[in-house]
Amino acid sequence: MPWLDLLLGITLVATAALSLTARDLFRGVIMFIVFGLLMALAWVRLQAPDIALAEAAIGAGLTGVLLLDTLGYLRRPFGSRADPTDERS
Amino acid sequence: MSLRAGLAGLLCLGVTLALGWAVLERPQPAENLPERVAGAMPDSGVEHAVTAVLLNFRSYDTLLEIAVLLLAVVVALALREAQPDRPEPMGLENPLLRAVMAWLLPLILVVAGFLLWAGSYQPGGAFQAGSVLAAAGVLLRLAGVTTAWLDNAALMRTGLALGLLTFLGIGVVVMAPGVPFLAYPPEYAGTLILVIELTLTLSIGLTLISLFRLTPPYADDPDDARSDREARP
Repeated sequence: MPWLDLLLGITLVATAALSLTARDLFRGVIMFIVFGLLMALAWVRLQAPDIALAEAAIGAGLTGVLLLDTLGYLRRPFGSRADPTDERS
Repeated sequence: MSLRAGLAGLLCLGVTLALGWAVLERPQPAENLPERVAGAMPDSGVEHAVTAVLLNFRSYDTLLEIAVLLLAVVVALALREAQPDRPEPMGLENPLLRAVMAWLLPLILVVAGFLLWAGSYQPGGAFQAGSVLAAAGVLLRLAGVTTAWLDNAALMRTGLALGLLTFLGIGVVVMAPGVPFLAYPPEYAGTLILVIELTLTLSIGLTLISLFRLTPPYADDPDDARSDREARP
């Protein structure tokens, strides 16, 4: 299936470019997650299932979640606290 | 400006051409590594070539990888504890997520166990199982389930260091008959690798959860927080 592989390669480069050039950070992170999943597919096509598993779990999953978490933290209003009644000692 | 852009374009083109040339003109490998691995498989204690390479033939590299992960989480902990307050509770008050978690959690644990066990004869292993465990932790945190047991510092640090310490300990213990570091005897290799992978799974899972938990508390700069704390002793 060389056509599908070619399509996969083009899509990989396209999602990488989109995630780097996105004006909206959230869109960039989502594109990064899509890139990770496609990368896992590419590894499977290259007959490296171990790397594909690690890529899907760590590259797309956990890194994506961490980036989303960071994004939520950045979007908090300046000086806001999660728990205003927090008695910090 | 256009001169700079032109130079950058030329450099990019040069790197691309060099990469293409490097891929097309590969030097022939001096020896056939896949054949050597296949030949040594009976002594490795596992049936999957990748696991055999990662945890037996080249286990020193894996040991150093775990050390790097531990170092990363130690730095994250140090940075987090420089902040004046404790990690915040976080959760989406979402009953649906909680209800789904009740079904998902056992499934996730079974999948992690399966991935760990499958590593001996098919793709899988400690890193993948650890990240699945970490995913369970992340989901629990999102669902707002109380994770007070993660705040027990002594337990947490023990768990984080367990994988590396077990790996090191087994590596040193097998030196007793006079063989090199981490050279397992073939008859015990399978058991030793399973023990190492079990502890590594736990440590990797805890490491990834910790990195996720240690988000800073608020969007001020730390100086403000510190002066704030000094104002209210």
